Amino acid sequence: MSEAIITAKATDKVETPFRRFVFEFAESKVALGALVVFIIIALLAIFAPWITPQNPYDLAELDIMDGRMEPGTVGGAGFTYWLGTDDQGRDMLSGIIYGLRISLTVGAGSALIACLIGASLGLLAAYAGGRTDSVIMRLVDLQLSFPTILAALMILAFLGKGIMNVVIALVLVEWAYYARTVRGTALVERRREYIEAAQCLALPTHRVLFGHLLPNCLPPLIVVGTMQVARAIALEATLSFLGLGVPITEPSLGLLIANGYEYMLSGKYWISFYPGIALLITIVSINLVGDQLRDVLNPRLKK
Amino acid sequence: MTVYLVRRVLQALLVVLAMSLIVFIGVYAIGDPVEILISPDADQIERERAVQALGLDLPLWQQYAVFLTKALQGDLGRSFVYNEPALKLILQRMPATMELAFGATIIALIIGLPLGLYAGLRPDGRFSRVIMAGSILGFSLPTFWVGLMLIMVFAVYLGWLPSTGRGETGTLLGMHWSFLTWDGLRHMAMPAINLSLFKISLVIRLTRAGVRETMLMDYVKFARAKGLSPARVTFVHVFKNILIPVVTVVGLELGSTIAFSVVTESVFAWPGMGKLIIDSINVLDRPVIVAYLMMIVLMFIAINLIVDLTYSMLDPRVRLESKAT
Repeated sequence: MSEAIITAKATDKVETPFRRFVFEFAESKVALGALVVFIIIALLAIFAPWITPQNPYDLAELDIMDGRMEPGTVGGAGFTYWLGTDDQGRDMLSGIIYGLRISLTVGAGSALIACLIGASLGLLAAYAGGRTDSVIMRLVDLQLSFPTILAALMILAFLGKGIMNVVIALVLVEWAYYARTVRGTALVERRREYIEAAQCLALPTHRVLFGHLLPNCLPPLIVVGTMQVARAIALEATLSFLGLGVPITEPSLGLLIANGYEYMLSGKYWISFYPGIALLITIVSINLVGDQLRDVLNPRLKK
Repeated sequence: MTVYLVRRVLQALLVVLAMSLIVFIGVYAIGDPVEILISPDADQIERERAVQALGLDLPLWQQYAVFLTKALQGDLGRSFVYNEPALKLILQRMPATMELAFGATIIALIIGLPLGLYAGLRPDGRFSRVIMAGSILGFSLPTFWVGLMLIMVFAVYLGWLPSTGRGETGTLLGMHWSFLTWDGLRHMAMPAINLSLFKISLVIRLTRAGVRETMLMDYVKFARAKGLSPARVTFVHVFKNILIPVVTVVGLELGSTIAFSVVTESVFAWPGMGKLIIDSINVLDRPVIVAYLMMIVLMFIAINLIVDLTYSMLDPRVRLESKAT
């Protein structure tokens, strides 16, 4: 901490809250490393079409003759399959990077939508109080008393398979966490003077809620949001593994792992192994970043 | 106490009713009921006859009343695939899931308690750090992938354990159980360990937190001051007290263990309820889906009810608090 301040002064810049936040975050080398890893993963996913040697979704590019090749073999198309190929001759490296794309999009997308819905309801519950509050919180309790996988299964059983339905299921499963978090913080914040001041200025309710109350509830929301992205990615992978998620033509990491299941028994480990490693690295790096964010953003732990 | 009991049971019944409504709406309003309840092989005339027989021409609230009455009589429809009552199918698969869930819970306690105790007693030790890092991994690792890796190592490469099925079963109380035979136990080992990974992490964290808190208590200091041996302080004074919250949480988690066994059962082809529900969703055998959902909802509400009632019996403050609100 003291070192961080000295460096901040040495560079002769004003210590803004954001700068302090960055320094405190960087105190943990593990978290910093995890953040770098996550950024690399995100960049890989975003620039997938320019990086991968093959478009794994384009059946014309796949050569069935190259199916189930071991990692490191050179295929018919002239490039090396560093992580081997699956049964359809799909380059696993390309498949994993494209799969990351789907996993990250579904995970981050559903977390974002769930956050919007959950945070709004949480704010409303805290601000309105009374019956609105108890109805919303009863719903939250009901949602949280069921394990996520069960609730997701239930929703997919009603709606059927498909990537949009997975997103809907993830949103419906996750909104309650955001609602509970935001309500908890907002209940404390709404008694502060600045809210009273805003109300005295006769600002419309939506401006008090979103302009004044919400920004001050952000820190815990960011922490929960980070963890929920990791959970959403894991849940999507699980659902896809069970065959309830993304379509077989555009496999996410979970489906890639499922595809390798039957070949594993004959010792062809790489089809399931490497997508799993990619999934693991993604989830762990997000969780580590989230852990550090919690430590930095938690006012109770401030020195 | 009686008032509290009655109120709490009524509340639970209300939640059951609400959940049955949700499942009903999910099946009847979101999906096409004809497609759900009538076998897809039926022709037009059969369909119309079935629509009338099932009362699908009635208004929705009447249909719900019929659904409820039948459900109360234990009739949740017939499976299209097995052509057997859906409820019977699920009850048949239940022992397999139960023994897996209980096995996983026991493993979690056997492994988690000592590790958590150690990490709590020596929070800064190197081995404690390894334990805690391991528990983070236990939370992060995707269950299904760990299951595959277990199969790869222990079934494919080492060939020590069988990878699928329940193996030989013994009979107890008219049900088939794998834990009664050696072969069954060998089949159970990997799925149970796989299912317990998350729970081991949970037990480690709970135990560690509990130990660290309890060690600072006055009665522990007093026990030490009395000159009791460290072993006696640890195992009698500290351990006994942290056991209560740990066992409570693990008991509460039993429901989610059963729910999460869906994944483990699919990986290890373990013929329990979870495998049944996934297969049913994949072939759209909706009566089985409805029956499973209703059963598991009922189970969850029952577990919550039992925990609440036990709590209020052990701790009068809970009763009084709910009376005040």
